[in-house]
Amino acid sequence: VETAPKPGRDVPPKKDKLQTKRKKPRRYWEEETVPTTDGASPGPPCNKKNRELRPQRPKNAHILKKSRISKKPQVPKKPREWKNPESQRSLSGAQDPFPGPAPVPVEVVQKFCRIDKSRKLPRSKAKTRSRLEVAEAEEEETSIKAARSELLLAEEPGFLEGEDGEDTAKICQADIVEAVDIASAAKHFDLNLRQFGPYRLNYSRTGRHLAFGGRRGHVAALDWVTKKLMCEINVMEAVRDIRFLHSEALLAVAQNRWLHIYDNQGIELHCIRRCDRVTRLEFLPFHFLLATASETGFLTYLDVSVGKIVAALNARAGRLDVMSQNPYNAVIHLGHSNGTVSLWSPAMKEPLAKILCHRGGVRAVAVDSTGTYMATSGLDHQLKIFDLRGTYQPLSTRTLPQGAGHLAFSQRGLLVAGMGDVVNIWAGQGKASPPSLEQPYLTHRLSGPVHGLQFCPFEDVLGVGHSGGVTSMLVPGAGEPNFDGLESNPYRSRKQRQEWEVKALLEKVPAELICLDPRALAEVDVISLEQGKKERIERLGYDPEAKAPFQPKPKQKGRSSTASLVKRKRKVMDEEHRDKVRQSLQQQQQQQQQKETKAKSTGARPSALDRFVC
Amino acid sequence: MSAKPSWTYREVPREYVRALNATKLERVFAKPFLASLDGHRDGVNCLAKHPKNLATVLSGACNGEVRIWNLTQRNCIRTIQAHEGFVQGICTRFCGNSFFTVGDDKTVKQWKMDGPGYGEEEEPLHTILGKTVYTGIDHHWKEAVFATCGQQVDIWDEQRTNPICSMTWGFDSISSVKFNPVETFLLGSCASDRNIVLYDMRQATPLKKVILDMRTNTICWNPMEVFIFTAANEDYNLYTFDMCALDTPVMVHMDHVSAVLDVDYSPTGKEFVSASFDKSIRIFPVDKSQSREVYHTKRMQHVICVKWTSNSKYIMCGSDEMNIRLWKANASEKLGVLTSREKAAKDYNQKLKEKFQHYLHIKHIARHRHLPKSIYSQIQEQCIMKEACQRKEVNRIKHSKPGSVPIVSEKKKHIVAVVK
Repeated sequence: VETAPKPGRDVPPKKDKLQTKRKKPRRYWEEETVPTTDGASPGPPCNKKNRELRPQRPKNAHILKKSRISKKPQVPKKPREWKNPESQRSLSGAQDPFPGPAPVPVEVVQKFCRIDKSRKLPRSKAKTRSRLEVAEAEEEETSIKAARSELLLAEEPGFLEGEDGEDTAKICQADIVEAVDIASAAKHFDLNLRQFGPYRLNYSRTGRHLAFGGRRGHVAALDWVTKKLMCEINVMEAVRDIRFLHSEALLAVAQNRWLHIYDNQGIELHCIRRCDRVTRLEFLPFHFLLATASETGFLTYLDVSVGKIVAALNARAGRLDVMSQNPYNAVIHLGHSNGTVSLWSPAMKEPLAKILCHRGGVRAVAVDSTGTYMATSGLDHQLKIFDLRGTYQPLSTRTLPQGAGHLAFSQRGLLVAGMGDVVNIWAGQGKASPPSLEQPYLTHRLSGPVHGLQFCPFEDVLGVGHSGGVTSMLVPGAGEPNFDGLESNPYRSRKQRQEWEVKALLEKVPAELICLDPRALAEVDVISLEQGKKERIERLGYDPEAKAPFQPKPKQKGRSSTASLVKRKRKVMDEEHRDKVRQSLQQQQQQQQQKETKAKSTGARPSALDRFVC
Repeated sequence: MSAKPSWTYREVPREYVRALNATKLERVFAKPFLASLDGHRDGVNCLAKHPKNLATVLSGACNGEVRIWNLTQRNCIRTIQAHEGFVQGICTRFCGNSFFTVGDDKTVKQWKMDGPGYGEEEEPLHTILGKTVYTGIDHHWKEAVFATCGQQVDIWDEQRTNPICSMTWGFDSISSVKFNPVETFLLGSCASDRNIVLYDMRQATPLKKVILDMRTNTICWNPMEVFIFTAANEDYNLYTFDMCALDTPVMVHMDHVSAVLDVDYSPTGKEFVSASFDKSIRIFPVDKSQSREVYHTKRMQHVICVKWTSNSKYIMCGSDEMNIRLWKANASEKLGVLTSREKAAKDYNQKLKEKFQHYLHIKHIARHRHLPKSIYSQIQEQCIMKEACQRKEVNRIKHSKPGSVPIVSEKKKHIVAVVK
């Protein structure tokens, strides 16, 4: 595994070249300080050059000047620093070679910025406007601070790079294991469990624990990094699916008849008879909901924090055995035998959306971690990637010789498909781009047909459950390199886990808030606002916020005759009238244009029905 | 939440839940009542803060007694029988060495802040015998000048026994006078002929006055914004005026259900507290017409006077049943030293509450207050009365010639006239 050097880190060597070329610009405030610093110590001259060059460090300096972001930390601070050069100097007479706050690269700031600067502030009252401006300034400052602290995300993602012309898909696991360090090599392992047949598996949210369940009843959970077994039982019943609940201490197992919950020692805690003949399980971590899809065609949401069933939705599409969750908005995607994928939330009895994806049944669905792309594979041997941002259109399609039975996305957007006993992994071109299906990034052949797939969070590891056991394979660049210690910390202690559990339970998001756009909650409800306004006007009989008619102000002595007042009033009235006329004219023109375009688009060949369209 | 953009998914619903929890916790921890100082043998009529010492408070009672309290020990440190009859007003000198009282016995007395030495008698430093009853007093913020009110507004030099000047406009008793804390030569007073009069000390004549629907009991200047003052009115409302434009108040604050007797600004100038005859005190933001908070207890009777302490953390109120009560200005605030983590959590929760304050569920929880039955039923009753008035108004507009019935806004409704 190689690590790519960051472009920003390699700047210092270039700096020397720049130094010789550039002429030092003279600043008005430097007049007094130059002679004093020269006399003070021999050190400063070289320091001064350094200092001067610092603002040039980010490559696109021209953007830097325009943007308000970079101006803020640099320009206003500098003069202040220079006002009293005495204070900068330490006792020894040395000067701070890098005065002022550290410069922040513009691209990084833009990455963290949430305001769309291209959209102008709406015309509003002065008070509202000033409040918006303050909010914007705050936002800018936070993005700068966030950009500053990006330094703390020390880890970088790895990736595979073939020597020139070499196909990375031809690199086999043995080669990778040979190349990486011992600790990483230990993450590749095979569990030979031929007896209890094809395995489903699940990693806990921290990526530290692995649970797998075999069709013939074998259930085990282990800390897969240290290979310490937590429990191993045989439930003496077919296991359809297995899933960790919010922490590694609880384990939900979909058995032949009912849904069972075990703790990490293998003790059965609950047998949930309301959920019967469950085929697939999904856990929504922020809502504490366990979504189960059953053979009877029901999608049931179980609140695991209080043990209540929140919603039982009848999908009316026969047996359900393809399910995945959208980690961005917690919507459940169900694949059906008629080739559609339906999107569900517990608040609605009907699906939020239905997407026709394939001719023939859907075999597998997966949604990436940002909620942007959905990958589906169907009985028509096709693998499609859909855009989930409103359009629901396929972005790319590929016909696979065998068709994929299992799909999964990694945290960084790698797509894996299990086809028979082969797994193929595709990677995208850059960040936040869909995986390109042209050329696989990696392939691997297993000792039996694949039955379960999942990328391990925060690790470059893919877990594959198959009929010959469980395989953990190395996939460089799969996992997010930096973890959020407050959210899911792989190294957390028992005490930390308990603390986190309490906090997480306090912040349990109600099930009713699940919808397609989770940000809709933060937006202004314009419709009900306008409705309320309308009702108020109706109730009062007049518009309390209407503009008062123009009243001319009395002027200086002698200028305020009745005639002139009337004249001024008339002037304003006329202007308003003209505005109105102008607006209505514009509207008319627009309508005309729309009509024309409509007529053009439909009027390629005149038909007999045209006369009915007005 | 983490700063990495790809991790921030689903932050809005989570923040919403956090804000909801923070709001609920705020209500759970809302325990504003701190202490009750008892010792007076009649209703507390006036309060004054010590300008230099946070712990010292002075109070005057209806039996002529003045007491000085220590808030940290919560006890009375000195008792003076200052007047015969009511102590009508009390104010401290800006240096904090002495204080003035006026009483029903037509005298103005100046007292030393420190008690008399051993064997000495409790005696005022100076006594001025006036001709009429004084109803209020206030001291200049920088100079040795004070103002009293009664039949007219008198401005006194501390060294003399006659007023420097007397100002009057109309012939009615003036109930309170207040110096502007920033433009220190400005004075405001309110009289029982329903007007608020502003004076300039340098001119010896009144500046202008505004006449309201009903009598104003007290006014209080905003300590941060020079021209803004708030008037506590008999018609259950408070009016915040800009001195330059008296014809329209900046804001009408209505939540009380009985006459408002006293008002005092917080030192930040963002909020003020009002005491009312309806046995409650309310805290209003300056720019909101509804109150943020209402404090009441079973035993508290008509609240006569109220003060906001100089560190803006506490509120004191003196009431009819002889007690002075100490409240927290922020009901759910934790007292004492906060650890840095507590502080960070507090700030974060505050920001979240601010962000989601307009959401129905959160707004409902944040606004809900338990009220005594008397106040609750009065609010209902007044709501019905107000609705009836509005309905009548709307009907009148509807059924008359358009434009013939002028639409008067709530702000302008209560202003009768402005005279210059």
